[in-house]
Amino acid sequence: MSVGILSASYITASVLFILSLGGLSNQEKAKRAVWYGIFGMAIAVIATIFGPGFTTLSYVILVPLIVIGALIGKTVAERVEMTEMPQLVAALHSFVGLAAVFIGLNSAMGSHDALTKAELIIHEVEIFLGVFIGAITFTGSIVAYAKLAGRIDGKALILPGRHILNAAAVVISLILLFMYINTSELWTLYVMLFIALVVGAHLVAAIGGADMPVVVSMLNSYSGWAAAATGFLLGNDLLIVTGALVGSSGAILSYIMCKAMNRHFLSVILGGFGNSAGPAMEIDGEQVAIDGAGVATSLEDADSVVIVPGYGMAVAQAQQAVAELTRRLIGNGTKVRFGIHPVAGRLPGHMNVLLAEAKVPYDIVLEMDEINDDLPETDVVIVIGSNDIVNPAAQEDPNSPIAGMPVLEVWKAKQVFVSKRGQGTGYSGIENPLFFKENTRMFYGDAKASIDQLLTIIK
Amino acid sequence: MKIGSIKEKNKNERRVSMTPASAIQIIKLGHECYIEENAGLAAGFSNQDYIDAGVKVINNAKNMCREVDILVKVQPPTADEVSLLQKDKTLISFFYPGQSETLLNSINAKGSNVLAMDMVPRISRAQKMDALSSMANIAGYRAVIEASNNYGRFFTGQVTAAGKIPPAKILIIGAGVAGLAAIGAATSLGAQVYAFDVRPEVAEQIESMGAEFVFLDFDETQTDGSESGGYAAPSSPEFREKQLEKFTQLAPNIDIVITTALIPGREAPKLWLENMVLEMRTGSVVIDLAAERGGNCELTVPDQKILSENGVTIIGYTDFPSRMAAQSSELYSTNIRHMISDLTPEKDGVINHDMEDDVIRGATVCFGGEITFPPPPPKIQAIAAQSAKPIQKSKSELDQEKSELLAKSGKQQTYALVCGAILMLVIGAYAPSSFMQHFIVFCLSCFVGFQVIWNVSHSLHTPLMAVTNAISGIIILGALLQMGSSNLIITILASISVLIATINIVGGFMVTRRMLQMFQKS
Repeated sequence: MSVGILSASYITASVLFILSLGGLSNQEKAKRAVWYGIFGMAIAVIATIFGPGFTTLSYVILVPLIVIGALIGKTVAERVEMTEMPQLVAALHSFVGLAAVFIGLNSAMGSHDALTKAELIIHEVEIFLGVFIGAITFTGSIVAYAKLAGRIDGKALILPGRHILNAAAVVISLILLFMYINTSELWTLYVMLFIALVVGAHLVAAIGGADMPVVVSMLNSYSGWAAAATGFLLGNDLLIVTGALVGSSGAILSYIMCKAMNRHFLSVILGGFGNSAGPAMEIDGEQVAIDGAGVATSLEDADSVVIVPGYGMAVAQAQQAVAELTRRLIGNGTKVRFGIHPVAGRLPGHMNVLLAEAKVPYDIVLEMDEINDDLPETDVVIVIGSNDIVNPAAQEDPNSPIAGMPVLEVWKAKQVFVSKRGQGTGYSGIENPLFFKENTRMFYGDAKASIDQLLTIIK
Repeated sequence: MKIGSIKEKNKNERRVSMTPASAIQIIKLGHECYIEENAGLAAGFSNQDYIDAGVKVINNAKNMCREVDILVKVQPPTADEVSLLQKDKTLISFFYPGQSETLLNSINAKGSNVLAMDMVPRISRAQKMDALSSMANIAGYRAVIEASNNYGRFFTGQVTAAGKIPPAKILIIGAGVAGLAAIGAATSLGAQVYAFDVRPEVAEQIESMGAEFVFLDFDETQTDGSESGGYAAPSSPEFREKQLEKFTQLAPNIDIVITTALIPGREAPKLWLENMVLEMRTGSVVIDLAAERGGNCELTVPDQKILSENGVTIIGYTDFPSRMAAQSSELYSTNIRHMISDLTPEKDGVINHDMEDDVIRGATVCFGGEITFPPPPPKIQAIAAQSAKPIQKSKSELDQEKSELLAKSGKQQTYALVCGAILMLVIGAYAPSSFMQHFIVFCLSCFVGFQVIWNVSHSLHTPLMAVTNAISGIIILGALLQMGSSNLIITILASISVLIATINIVGGFMVTRRMLQMFQKS
């Protein structure tokens, strides 16, 4: 296969990838969009395999590798629970990071005879960057995976002087970069690799639970930049294009998430949370509990119901029960809708996927901005396992750590039921005045058990 | 605890304070229920219905009062009933402590506790026990039905072959619970409904029910309902003057007037005067829901239906809820049941008469031999005070603001472009041309990426991450190209990379497809 055909294949693949991402603008087009992506990938891989520079020996190794990899990928994709999507996404990011590191190292070990002096410098910088970003992505994703999967404590790890540690690591890496350019000694690369691995783990370890959606999308972005850097060092435009697409996609997602929490990207990345500007507002009143029968009666009487799910619903695996409740209420003629906050859950769009899995039609699942205006006219709001995203302190208390964060204004509804495990505060540790409001009733218990209890009453 | 309901003595009272359904709920709280023989008959509940629900039937009121700890009733107790009450037992019923001081004193002398259902504070939490509202709702509905019965004409307008039927014009004065219920019933019968209330903030509620708010052009700022616990407050003489003038002007065109204006703890204000009745057409109807408290209409005779000299029917019944006894008993007994449920916080059949609780404190008028009326003001306001309306910006101001913002973002964009261009020039000056070619591709791709991703719908962010995951597996290309190397380490590392990149690609695409298949339209 000639270089010309190879380039043509790459162009086709790039276009298909762009269409694939663009197709996700709505649910109907999205199903086709995935096929664009699959074809793009197939074209790119086949063109490379039959392209120049590929030896017979390679085929012998390649075929079993691809078969094994495909089998593993297929099994994982079929077995994964929708509640475990954040972990899976993080794990897949780590693979891209690791591959980038390997390719960078390989490239450094190979020969660079054909390069001019300037080209060599650029090439070495590219290798260095590729390995650096790849390594950060790799360990960062592994730590994120462990946090999301509950293997390690989800709280932010705050080391003393962590900013200095990070800065020092970057400075040392820069020095190593200069040494590498000047001497082309591989050990400098290995030392940097080690530092980058530590920095990646440390960066993510310092970011706490509720910020995880940002972390995941940030790692998504990094994995893209790692691929792009690899593209530069190999001089492969398709890698650059794809890497840049993925990188910017992750960057935008991170931006959207940060905006949804009213935080600066930098402060999320640097970790730590909860430094309030002053004493929190005093909260009057008490948390009033209610039992399942009471909730069921209100639901049966209500004309319109809005359900606000959060991470608690995912943890309790309550989405099926919630969907069944929705179906029964709709069957009774109640208008049921869902209000989804952009950062509900541990992954952008996490709640949408869970509800879709439970066969909740997507046209009753609305975004925060779409539903907020309707909440004052809503009879009943059920908050299931979410806390900060419905916290009125964000609007009422300027000293609150989440002041200014856009929230679902559920307290404006006529009646609010909060399904919650106990009286404790949420992930961020902020007291939620919603629970003390006049029109709020606390429905204590595991989300799934609570909803199941409602299902025994509401027929 | 033993809870018993006795038969109402007033012959016009058909309601009963405990229904089989409410008894079942009360028994669930750990109490025992008793009912006087035939107490539910007028409301359509037989003794057998009660027995089936697990209620014990007792043959007379005297035995009942001896047996039970809590006596529930509808109407305030009669003198006979007071004499039956005993120390430390509790009575729950309507009581009107403001108007019945002697009754209050005589009961207090007996040492009984009294929870007055009409004193339940009007806060959201207590709505489920707000018997005044639940009864007012029924009264409002029934008032329209009575009006229709006596009006003898259509409510709805029609054009038929035999001629045109104009719609009935109904004026509802006072848009509280009863007034709003009346608006709802009247509009659904097809009448043209006008409604008036002194509280300007209810205009929205009136319009939401399908009636037209009668607007009074008056400058004085009315106190909004939040200061008087959600009820209307007395209005100034000037306001009243203006109001009556408006009514006089409306009277000739109105077929049916339903008045529901009450001010807590006072005589009902006279709003529909004799001259207005005389202005109305023959056959018109006035329903006075305030008759019990003297009536809003000057000609009202409580408990009677009279005909004015110009043939206007004026109805002053005071037993509207009782005329729909089955329904009103159900609602009232549910109010009572909620009250008992609040009195039994542990659901263990033990009454905890918690005087710290706003609702229970408010409703209690006699407790442990002391008169506890009037209650202190509740800690929580009934309705939030009206906030000042935000100043609306004029259109030109908005436009200006918009263009300023636009100019600002344009300026920022220019700076960013200039900086970017300078940076590019610097890179271009030093980097070799092969690098620059790739760099162009890179920058363009970033731009395309930004443009494309902004359009991705929020709900598809997880599939987006999965699909980007899959396509970032494109890194497999790099590994493929390195596999042919003669260096063994390079080949091994490249092979591992191929393996994990394949997992990424296949896993990513398949999980995306799985997710997208789940999204379905209703």
